[in-house]
Amino acid sequence: MSRINSPAELEQFRKGILSKRDPNKPCIALCSGSACLASGSDQVAASLEEEIEKQGLSDQVEIRRTGCHGFCERGPITIIHPEETSYFQVEPEDVPEIISQTVKGKQVIERLLYVDPSTNEKIIHESEIPFYKNQERLVLGSNVSIDPKSIDDYVAIGGYSALAKVLSGMTSEQVLEEVKKSNLRGRGGGGFPTGIKWQGAAALPSHVEGSRNASGETKYVIVNADEGDPGAYMNRSTLEGNPHSVLEGLIIGAFAIGAQEGYIYVRQEYPLAVENVDIAIKQAEEYGFLGGNILGSGFDFNVQVHQGAGAFVSGESTALMTALEGKVGEPRPKYIRSNVKGLWGRPSVLNNVETWANVPLIINKGADWFTQFGTERSKGTKIFSLVGKVTNTGLVEVPMGTTLRDIIYKIGGGIPGGKRFKAVQTGGPSGGCIPEELLDLQVDFDELTRAGSMMGSGGMIVMDEDTCMVDVARYFIDFLTDESCGKCVPCREGLRQMHKILTNITVGKGREGDIELLEELSEVAIDASLCALGRTAPNPVLSTIRYFRDEYEAHIKEKRCPALSCKELISYYIDPTKCQACMICLRKCPVEAIDGAKSKIHIIDQEKCTKCGTCFEVCPSRFGAVIKISGEPVPSPIPEDARTIVRKSKKNE
Amino acid sequence: MRLVHSSENEPICEKAAMDTDRIDQIIDNHQGEASSLIQVLLEIQSEHRWLPREALERVSEKLKVPLTRILHIATFYKAFSLVPKGRHEIHVCMGTACHVRGASRVLDAVQDLTGIRPGETDLDLKFSLETVNCLGCCALGPVMAIDGKTHGKMAPDETADVLKNYD
Repeated sequence: MSRINSPAELEQFRKGILSKRDPNKPCIALCSGSACLASGSDQVAASLEEEIEKQGLSDQVEIRRTGCHGFCERGPITIIHPEETSYFQVEPEDVPEIISQTVKGKQVIERLLYVDPSTNEKIIHESEIPFYKNQERLVLGSNVSIDPKSIDDYVAIGGYSALAKVLSGMTSEQVLEEVKKSNLRGRGGGGFPTGIKWQGAAALPSHVEGSRNASGETKYVIVNADEGDPGAYMNRSTLEGNPHSVLEGLIIGAFAIGAQEGYIYVRQEYPLAVENVDIAIKQAEEYGFLGGNILGSGFDFNVQVHQGAGAFVSGESTALMTALEGKVGEPRPKYIRSNVKGLWGRPSVLNNVETWANVPLIINKGADWFTQFGTERSKGTKIFSLVGKVTNTGLVEVPMGTTLRDIIYKIGGGIPGGKRFKAVQTGGPSGGCIPEELLDLQVDFDELTRAGSMMGSGGMIVMDEDTCMVDVARYFIDFLTDESCGKCVPCREGLRQMHKILTNITVGKGREGDIELLEELSEVAIDASLCALGRTAPNPVLSTIRYFRDEYEAHIKEKRCPALSCKELISYYIDPTKCQACMICLRKCPVEAIDGAKSKIHIIDQEKCTKCGTCFEVCPSRFGAVIKISGEPVPSPIPEDARTIVRKSKKNE
Repeated sequence: MRLVHSSENEPICEKAAMDTDRIDQIIDNHQGEASSLIQVLLEIQSEHRWLPREALERVSEKLKVPLTRILHIATFYKAFSLVPKGRHEIHVCMGTACHVRGASRVLDAVQDLTGIRPGETDLDLKFSLETVNCLGCCALGPVMAIDGKTHGKMAPDETADVLKNYD
């Protein structure tokens, strides 16, 4: 492939690709995102290839291994074009049938279709499934139609046309104006207006080799793909599934602020994202979208990938820049913003993956188009990873301002197993828990902050009645204690003390006054920590105290865990009126704590019991004899002579 | 972390200490720049699976970075290990999505089966166990990864079936 030297040549090239593609040619799009790979997408791909070969269709059918479709719960996802028949949870054994019946015979295989659990209706097209129907997939949408390893696929759907538009007629000021007008705010969680951040860097003179501006400064643009929030993986899927969209946004940003070097900082825990980004950069260099004299415009820009070595705090913008310099990724105070003094003390614009991926859309379709989505102060869409105790787990992209109820019930399909919704945790470890009474809250940057949580990068973890909110707070503080870099005292010591108090509460050693002490420690951490990690760390504690104070009080005063979750505060007990002496729990108990025999009611020896919960899970649901109790003494075992079960059938003999 | 010794009480290295030429090659691939320190260490870690002292000394010498700073980095980031690792690395995800779906019980089961706790390596150098904060496969939680292969929707009693495939 030779370089593309002008926007006109790019258009020519795009037409060339499209003319070679027959939209009616059967194409099997197979999701090959990380989650689908884990559910066996590779094996399905192998048997697709084999079967196509076997049935002699090699030149008539295409296979396209696409990025993440988002409905990860139901992977591997397969879509057969041009009919767009969508099959879920496909296994290698299904492949011969798919080829002969659907690809050749144009017939739908009913058993592989998605069944809407509420109506029992079988749905043929992905876009008609409630999970997708209620979304607005501006950023993620292209994932399903391109192979992330093919730049031609990206160009075919209009890729790099925003870059061409920018380089062929816009000034850097115009680009900046458009982004400012779009009111795009940082998708990494901070919600800082992207245009204003860019402007700060753009206002400084740039260093351009050999030009009049040689005295100006070298500037940098950086992609933050150090997605460390547990329970969030939207950046991973964007980078894995559509790396060129991020790259295109980055090049446009570099042009707007006058940067010639860029970095993509991505977690080494995401090997596929690293691989796909590396390939994308190489291809973009070959095509002339990166390197010197991009599209013949005279603009030079290069990008390097830097892998993060596994430290949550390094996702913080100043820490990330320190890590890029090859040092320990600890944050620094932000008396001077990074867009003035960042990487190596030079103006640096750092944005999240999703923010960068929005840029080409804004340039192509205009700020006015972008601002029609969203609320007054938060525009566009946001990708959430909807996970935890929810029926349809996966990646969800909705306009800002969509209510939590719509996301969790309309798209997510509600809580599985007939359980009750308790809370939804947003904003990653430093976010907060939002209770049922706030389900109609319209999700945007400001509303979430008002509710005591935050947007964060977009993790949305649904919790049901079995989740203990004190334990959730303990879990997050445990996480943050571990990830605190230790540089400042309020965060390092404050979190350690909070963790100690919370652990005490969950094991039944909570004392009167603990809640107030937690609030006091939180206040200090918020006021005096060096970086956002420490300042926001108390959120999970404060939000759970705010909305679930009764759970804290039950733990402290009654030594009771209302969710029946804290191991130290619950006991397992076999209800003698329900036990059918079936021996299942007795055999499965790993510590032989259950006494009984055939036709002899089982009893748990509370001394031996390790509270692993196995008996509770294996007891057949029609008996439901094993129960959890908390906050009250375990009833004393029934007398020995009352333990024999006389069965009806035996009596008749 | 616990340093594991063989029966002769000698530290075990699967391969002999990494040869200097290879380390030099890795450093050269990064143009010998001190800012590439973390990338260099990551490459050594991924090839050798731990960072032997001699390797770090060589890196220090070539990149002209004090050894103390290298050790600061090697102990700060989770990806690095200063002790030999087992043949198979088990990562149990403790991310929030996995946590609410019972990840701690999966971890308990793996600890029972392997006899090691997170951060440790067994005496036969078969398994190393680590917990991770999120593998990004939240829809499949609880998740466990062995040598990079993801095993989703794990129940505690299924872990034995997965682990027995490794030797």
